[in-house]
Amino acid sequence: MSTQQQGLTPGKPPIWNDPHYRALFFQILLIIGLGAFLYYIVNNTLSNMEARGISTGFAFLSERSGFDILQSLIPFSADSTYGRTFFVGLLNTILITLLGIVVATILGFIVGVARLSKNWLIAKLATVYIETFRNIPLLIQIFFWYFVVLRAMPGARDSLSFMDSFFLNVRGMYAPYPVPGEGFNFTLIAIAIGIIAAFLVRSWAKKRQNATGQQFPIFWTSLGLIFGLPLIVFLLSGSPLTWDIPVLNRFNFQGGTRIIPELLALLIALSIYTAAFIAEIVRSGILAVSKGQTEAALSLGLQPNQNLRLVVIPQAMRVIIPPMTSQYLNLAKNSSLATAIGYPDIVNVFMGTTLNQTGQAVEIIAMTMAVYLTISLTISLFMNWYNAKMALVER
Amino acid sequence: MKKSIFLGLAAAAMFGTTAIADTLDAVKKNDHVKCGVSTGLAGFSAADEKGNYQGMDVDVCRAVAAAVLGDANKVKFTPLTAKERFTALQSGEIDILSRNTTWTLTRDASLGLNFAGVNYYDGQGFMVTKALGVKSAMELDGAAVCLQAGTTTELNLADYFKANNMKYKAVTYDTSDQTIKGFEAGRCDMLTSDQSQLYSLRIKLAKPDDAVVLPEVISKEPLGPVVRQGDDKWFNIVRWSLNAMINAEEMGITKANVASMKDSKDPATQRLMGGQGEKLGLDDKWSYNIISQVGNYGESFEANVGSGSPLKIGRGLNALWNKGGIMYAPPIR
Repeated sequence: MSTQQQGLTPGKPPIWNDPHYRALFFQILLIIGLGAFLYYIVNNTLSNMEARGISTGFAFLSERSGFDILQSLIPFSADSTYGRTFFVGLLNTILITLLGIVVATILGFIVGVARLSKNWLIAKLATVYIETFRNIPLLIQIFFWYFVVLRAMPGARDSLSFMDSFFLNVRGMYAPYPVPGEGFNFTLIAIAIGIIAAFLVRSWAKKRQNATGQQFPIFWTSLGLIFGLPLIVFLLSGSPLTWDIPVLNRFNFQGGTRIIPELLALLIALSIYTAAFIAEIVRSGILAVSKGQTEAALSLGLQPNQNLRLVVIPQAMRVIIPPMTSQYLNLAKNSSLATAIGYPDIVNVFMGTTLNQTGQAVEIIAMTMAVYLTISLTISLFMNWYNAKMALVER
Repeated sequence: MKKSIFLGLAAAAMFGTTAIADTLDAVKKNDHVKCGVSTGLAGFSAADEKGNYQGMDVDVCRAVAAAVLGDANKVKFTPLTAKERFTALQSGEIDILSRNTTWTLTRDASLGLNFAGVNYYDGQGFMVTKALGVKSAMELDGAAVCLQAGTTTELNLADYFKANNMKYKAVTYDTSDQTIKGFEAGRCDMLTSDQSQLYSLRIKLAKPDDAVVLPEVISKEPLGPVVRQGDDKWFNIVRWSLNAMINAEEMGITKANVASMKDSKDPATQRLMGGQGEKLGLDDKWSYNIISQVGNYGESFEANVGSGSPLKIGRGLNALWNKGGIMYAPPIR
């Protein structure tokens, strides 16, 4: 009997026939092959560039750039280095990405909800909006907002003015810039205290509501704490704030703060375009919440807006967040179209001017690709974290 | 735009060793010269309504095609923006870059390129709207300036304003077409570029008379054809094709009289008419083909940017050395 069993159990196969080792062998082979290929490409590129007398390496980053950039969030002049042009471009890219995500999300939510509205006109307007902007190439929309709107704007001398301190013309939007005086710090401290207090009140009110069912006007209290408190402190400390108001001189307004038309056009185009997609995602998310939920909420005596805020949206978010991530990633990557209208993002400044002045294409394009990869992965990570936070808690 | 840079890089990475090989052989094999030109700059390189490229920079490529292949029409043109141009040449996508490109030390020494000569002596200037009432560039403190990315213009502008202690805002576009659109829309007070380009951009305005070109010239901009470093044979052919055109003007040989000049007794003329081709690796008719099909330098100038064109630019620095200019070609002997 025992001999029979021995005959039935397969003996250990030789190592070259063992499926486990075989799979491992081919995987290792593939990795070696891939590594060799990459090494060949990099090595060949370097030796070719060497042979043709093309400079390589990253030494250029510390050389003087010698050109100016239209908009910079950090101090920059022609005396700054090429390395600094990288950061100027990077910050401008991050700026447009963040602004675009905020505006597109708000706009997308409004339009998405509007498309589900019972009001015929509002629903149809939202549909027209979505179908129009979703189906026109983004680059054309950017050109439209830039060149068409630019032409419609008045020149510097005939600026549209609002209260003689806000100005809008073909060179951009000008607004007064606050200059804090002595004692303004008290107001800043008051704002911080107000925000912290508002949070504390909110968590206290929530606890009390859970325990007793009594509601507390959180919204108005928070408003009072965040805005009212600093205002009182501000007035008591003698209004220590002056405004730097833009003044028209020979060519244009000087002083104040300014938003360049390139940023405006790009922001409008990117957010309107992305919002059309977000609206559809929001709509699909809301429709995915079963009608029974709304009926249950209403029969419990919730108001329709409470129903939307407390019952429908939280459940819809679980459907909305994953596709939203890819829209945010698209927006970040689409912001590179900025170069078409001269907004100084990383493609325009670093992969454009810096590349051309130094000629070091390989290094610069690699750095630019790394930037977009990093931005996209960061957005992904954040959205995954948020998704996990919003996910259904199994009880 | 980005795509072509990537393709160029990929090509440089993978097939680099083939591109560095003999350009002359490759051109003969393809039976056309691959020539990089601008995306549209009247007078230098622009396609007419029939799609034929015309201009001074185009003529340089045509001259090379006439010299090498015996037919000035055997040229394939690739329009390139300022940003793309060097990568296109480095990667072998084109054989000659003839795209109003300024000869500077950095470009010559660190890009793996060689400038084969100068076909237009230019300088950077400013264009403003008449309504602004500006007479000199020194009055432009605080102005917004439209300009094209990836040019020496950006650097000269920064230097000039810094030297004169003035401030400005640079609005940088990809192509010269966008630059003029931005200027027309009033985004900037002035547009800066090489002077020759200013004239050619001005005629694109709806009302060209509303804009004036200021008298200041703030830089030296010698423009010329560029080839890859390391192929001296091809470099010589491009350089001497241009020199042949300039020498032909100096000797009074034109498209019209070149046939009769063939029997000239003057030894210098005879040398230009034939006998030197072998040294360049070409046949003996190379220079005859250039002059009979493209014309001499002066003819090319007048027809494209001078009196025979809408630009009406004077010869100025680009007159021959013996006529008050600095256009001077080494002798063909």
